[in-house]
Amino acid sequence: MVRVALVVVAALTLAAGASAANGRDLYFANCVWCHGDRLQGVPASGPSLQGAGALAADFYLRTGYMPLRSPRQKPTRRPPHFTEPELRALISFVAAHGGPPVPRVHPERGNLAAGLELFTEHCAGCHQMAGAGGIVTGTSVPSLRSATATQVAQAVRIGPYLMPRFGEQAITPRQLDSLVRYVLYTDHPRNRGGWAIGDLGPFPEGIVAWLVAGIALLALARVIGEGLER
Amino acid sequence: MKWVWSAIALLLGRGRRAPARVDRQRLIVEQPPSRRGENVVLVLLGLATLSFAAFVAVYALDRLPAQTQLFGITLGLGFAFAAAACIVTSRLLVPVEEISDPYANEPHEEAVAEIEQLVEESGSRLTRKRLLTVAALGTGGAMGAALLAPVASLGPVVGPDALRRDGWRRGMLLVDSEGRPLSADGVEPGTFYTAFPAGASHDELWAPLVVVRVTDTLELPEGRDPQRWAPEGIVAYSKICTHAGCAIALYRSPLNEETSMKPALVCPCHYSTFDPARGAKVLFGPAGRPLPQLPLQIDDRRRLRAGGHFSGNVGPSWSGVRRGRA
Repeated sequence: MVRVALVVVAALTLAAGASAANGRDLYFANCVWCHGDRLQGVPASGPSLQGAGALAADFYLRTGYMPLRSPRQKPTRRPPHFTEPELRALISFVAAHGGPPVPRVHPERGNLAAGLELFTEHCAGCHQMAGAGGIVTGTSVPSLRSATATQVAQAVRIGPYLMPRFGEQAITPRQLDSLVRYVLYTDHPRNRGGWAIGDLGPFPEGIVAWLVAGIALLALARVIGEGLER
Repeated sequence: MKWVWSAIALLLGRGRRAPARVDRQRLIVEQPPSRRGENVVLVLLGLATLSFAAFVAVYALDRLPAQTQLFGITLGLGFAFAAAACIVTSRLLVPVEEISDPYANEPHEEAVAEIEQLVEESGSRLTRKRLLTVAALGTGGAMGAALLAPVASLGPVVGPDALRRDGWRRGMLLVDSEGRPLSADGVEPGTFYTAFPAGASHDELWAPLVVVRVTDTLELPEGRDPQRWAPEGIVAYSKICTHAGCAIALYRSPLNEETSMKPALVCPCHYSTFDPARGAKVLFGPAGRPLPQLPLQIDDRRRLRAGGHFSGNVGPSWSGVRRGRA
């Protein structure tokens, strides 16, 4: 029994060691070109990762924004490049160089109406009211449909790519709970009017009204007119 | 309102005109007046008027649940009832017959008279013409009111005076939307803050500011001393875009500037883009002039205060801006 326990402990220690080593190997195989051998960053290629922490590493790797093929490429959302154990190893390797942890959010504690107001003030300018994404000069803004609660919180605190970052003074953790609750709500918004037409706002709604309802009305007018002639 | 009443009085008080050309032979076969048809039309017109009035009432109350849906239902029912009234009128009350004739070049006295007679006789089944006219006018008026009412949502009438007003005074405290003072140490790089004057209305055009900390080299326009206009690199501009007056709600803030773009303040309406490090110089978009800048002070409790007036007129550009100081 004791022997079995010893073997298990040894295996676990080895596994932990392997994971750290694995993380380092993965970093040197995939990231070192732009972020440097001591995570110090490379001029004109990639920023320093010292102090980025699990907060940023977890966000960039799980959203597939990193690794990039070339430093000037615009990061786009993709399935993660690594497997789950590889992700964990790489994230703990970056986290070991200091920085904030992955934020904990509790959207169930948030207030949906407060979240809507915060989203209007800080996010809707780029991401649109329904979190469907949009454009800003120089780049396109991603949709928030596939973002998890944690990823939304991470993006708020990091300010990835051209997005501004929002510290705890601008958006308190409590407010962040409400904000994330609203973003999750936009995945399945309650559309009392029925057909939302992609949540894109009044412009497509107008097009649908003119094309569909307009043609239907024309046809109806024709039917009424023909009915009269008989 | 008094015009509506005078129109109704005029219609109801008008004397019966003597029927013209009674001796003439009828062109359209005489049909008995349809009392039932008239009643149906009157009821339909009344319902249409009520629906349009309900739309105006929903708009004026502005606090009903499911307001959008009520708008659609009332307006839609109004048009549907009005259309039904037209259909019933044409089917039950007015004889419909298609006559085609070769087009005559010369205006033909006789033909003109004949058409006049046709038009007059086709209304001969209507016994209560004036009542029907008043009902139709009422529906038309209510429809017009329903269509015009939402104009009030375009906002207050903004005259040139509102665009020239600048309520900022030296020493005024900058607060956030919840009234908390903005601390100079709390203004972090890489993000932006919206600020308002303490103790003044947040709704005035001059009130909202966008505050950022510039980490690049400052290149303010000539005559703007960085000590006075950008203490510790903190700059404040009017949040109202100089193009069409939208709120500057976007801050393009590169995480790694070397591989992406410069920081910029962007208006979400038409993507006017301003450079915060160079006095909000226009980088892109339809805006014709920079955002007005507000000089800043940091008091001994490290709170941000206004250092004077804006550098120019706030709000959207208009012809007078070019002539005045801007």
